[in-house]
Order: sequence, then structure tokens, then C-alpha cells
Amino acid sequence: MTAAAADARTTVSPSVAALRAEFGPAIERHLVSSGDTIVYVARERSHDALAWLRDTPSQRFDYLTDVTAVEYRDPERPLEVVYQLRALARRADLRVKVALDQAGALEVRSVVDLWHGADWLEREVYDMFGVTFTGHPDLRRILMWETYAEGYPLRKDFPLRGHFSRAEQTRQALAANPEAHYSLEELSIADSFHELPAAMRERLLRGERGYLR
Amino acid sequence: MGLTNPAAENQADEQTVVSSMSPNWVTTRLDFLTNWARANSLWPMPFGTACCAIEYMATAASRFDIARFGMERQSFSPRQADVLICAGRLPFKLAPVIRRIWDQMPQPKWSISMGACASSGGIFDNYSMVQGIDTIIPVDVYVPGCPPRPEGLMYGILLLQKKIKGETIADDSLRQEHLVGPSGLFLPPEKVDELSEPFGNSVSQTRSA
Repeated sequence: MTAAAADARTTVSPSVAALRAEFGPAIERHLVSSGDTIVYVARERSHDALAWLRDTPSQRFDYLTDVTAVEYRDPERPLEVVYQLRALARRADLRVKVALDQAGALEVRSVVDLWHGADWLEREVYDMFGVTFTGHPDLRRILMWETYAEGYPLRKDFPLRGHFSRAEQTRQALAANPEAHYSLEELSIADSFHELPAAMRERLLRGERGYLR
Repeated sequence: MGLTNPAAENQADEQTVVSSMSPNWVTTRLDFLTNWARANSLWPMPFGTACCAIEYMATAASRFDIARFGMERQSFSPRQADVLICAGRLPFKLAPVIRRIWDQMPQPKWSISMGACASSGGIFDNYSMVQGIDTIIPVDVYVPGCPPRPEGLMYGILLLQKKIKGETIADDSLRQEHLVGPSGLFLPPEKVDELSEPFGNSVSQTRSA
């Protein structure tokens, strides 16, 4: 490996120093892995830091590549929500992580107001890991169906085959109404409205996602 | 069928004897005729969810061409379909969908489970996957393979034709609908558990774990 290549694999993104100058102790730590800079931000300031990264002219991380989460085998380690950012004009990447202590509430501010693309990504993290994104306009399951009752499949305490027997899973699957998986906006008809779970009905009635007549 | 040819009767010369015996009359068993017609004009309802569907498309396209077996018309409406071909894995989320499609298909109807995933869950022995579509709908022919080659699917289709040719319209039970009962299943729950027994490298986890 040449010296320049080795250098590129260990160089810390200048965004880290800028973040530290702006947010101080809210920037917990950073590391470089395979050339990617990873910076840990305190949960309380995560939305502020991400908004700052998006809007500051020197940063301009205008593209949210992905939102996901990681849970480690070690139960002592916190669950991490991962934001993969990209500055399209500068061709720079930054990975921001927010550590959520398993003992506390798995909650973090939604970034849908910053990047609309976060909508489905955060729903997927909610569906698979049970992380609540406060301020999300329509936080509900996206891959599993709305009435799925077995928990959050990608959590480490979730058995590979699920909690229920195959017969019970099949029974619940057959009892599902295929149309109830979609919002009224997606359906454009309200036929299955009365079969939706109460929480979802209430959310839909509040508006934003289509009209009920 | 059953029409005489008056012109043939008026001509008495030697040559017309043969044509007067020509197949203007056909005698056959009704079963044979019905099965022959059914087996050779199967309209498939493709339910393609994964890579098996790519092999299915190859089977339907010009090189392999299932039109040769009377499956010319791909029916994308269950109302005008005879055979449901489930090509690919079936997640639990799609279980009520395939069930509804099956219920919408008019009798007589058959189904082919194409590939390892549709037949047994395949490598996807996990929380989200139906372990064999026979826990959701009745299946007539299973085609093994991951995915099966077009020849494999065609062999399955030929087996289905063979099965149809052995049916009789006198047997009502063949055309009975197996609906989802009050238990929420069309099979007994024990049967579903038995059909979806753990196998492969995940045997260490029991069903109830």
C-alpha cells in the first residue's frame, strides 16, 4: 500500500473538527473505519447536528443515503441508529451514529423534516428494530403488516422463526386484509378503513394522508 | 360432432365409402373428452415473486414456449385462469393475496408450486416466510429446483396434464373448494406445523422457541 493510499484510509473527515467546534461535548467520539469517518452524536443534539451538517455552507450534506440501525450481540452495547450522509457537490461522505441505551427509551428525533427520503427509511428502522422517531409524520410498519404482533424481527432477542408457531403465523397471515397494509392515500378508497388498527385509524383521521368521506 | 353428411350418403362409389365413415361421428367417453379439452387448454395464472418467475418467463417465451402445451394465454386475471403457478418464495404478507387469487379462480382449477421456496420455504426458514404454499392453498404438482430449469417446469406441466387426464367428472370431491375455515386455516393447525417442520441448518431452534 502506498503512503498516500494508507493516508486516505486513515484520514479523518474535516467535518468532525467543525462539528466539535460547533457542538462541543455533544460530539461523543469519532473513528475511521476503512476510510469512512464515523462520528457519534448525543441523542439530544442529533437533530441539531444533522440539520447543521445539511445547512452549513462548508458542509452541505444534502443527500441522506441511508438510515439504518445496528444492535450488537453484546447486550451492554447500546443500539445505534446510523445516518449515512453524502455531500453531492463536494463528493464527501460522513457516517453519523446515535447511540441509544437499551435500558432507556429507544427514541430519537425524526429527520424527515430535513430529508424527505428519511420517511420510509425511518419506518423500516421502526419496523425492524422498534426505534421510535419522534416527529415522524406517519410512523408505522413498512415491511411487516400493521397488525404484526411478534415484535421487531432484527432485534437480537427475536428468534429466527418468530415467536409464534407456524400454524399461528399462518392463521394470522390469512386473517390479514391485504388492503389494510396501505394508507388511504395509497388505496384511494376507504373500503378497509374500519378494519385498520385503532391507532392507525386515529392517525389517518388526523389528516395529512388523504381524505375520508 | 354427431352430424351426418347427406352429400356423402348420396355418393355410392367406392371412394366415398371411406369419407362416409370419416370422423363426422365420434364416439368417446365424456370423461376422456372433458379431460382432453381441459388438459390441453390450461390457462396459467402466473404468481411470480422471485427468481423462479424469471425461469417461468423463459418457459413461456419462444425458446421453450409453453404454448405448445396449450398454455398460450397467460391469464393475468384469476377469473379466466385454470392453473395457478406460484413461482417464487411467498412471504406471510402475500399469503392472504395468493389465497384470495386462488379463491377467485373458478373451478376446475389446479395449482403448481414452482421451486424450493414455494414448495417448502427453501432456504428461507425464518419469521417472514410461508413454509410451503400447501399450507395456504392446495397444490397439485411440486416442481423442485432452485430455481427449476424450464425443462423442469415443463415436466411439471406435463405431469399436471397427466393428472388431469386421470380425473373423472363423476367425482365431485375433485372440484370441492377447500376454503379457509372458522379456525382461520384450511388445514388443521397440527398439519401446518408438521408441514413446516424445521429442517436444514436451523434445526437447533424449535418451533416454539
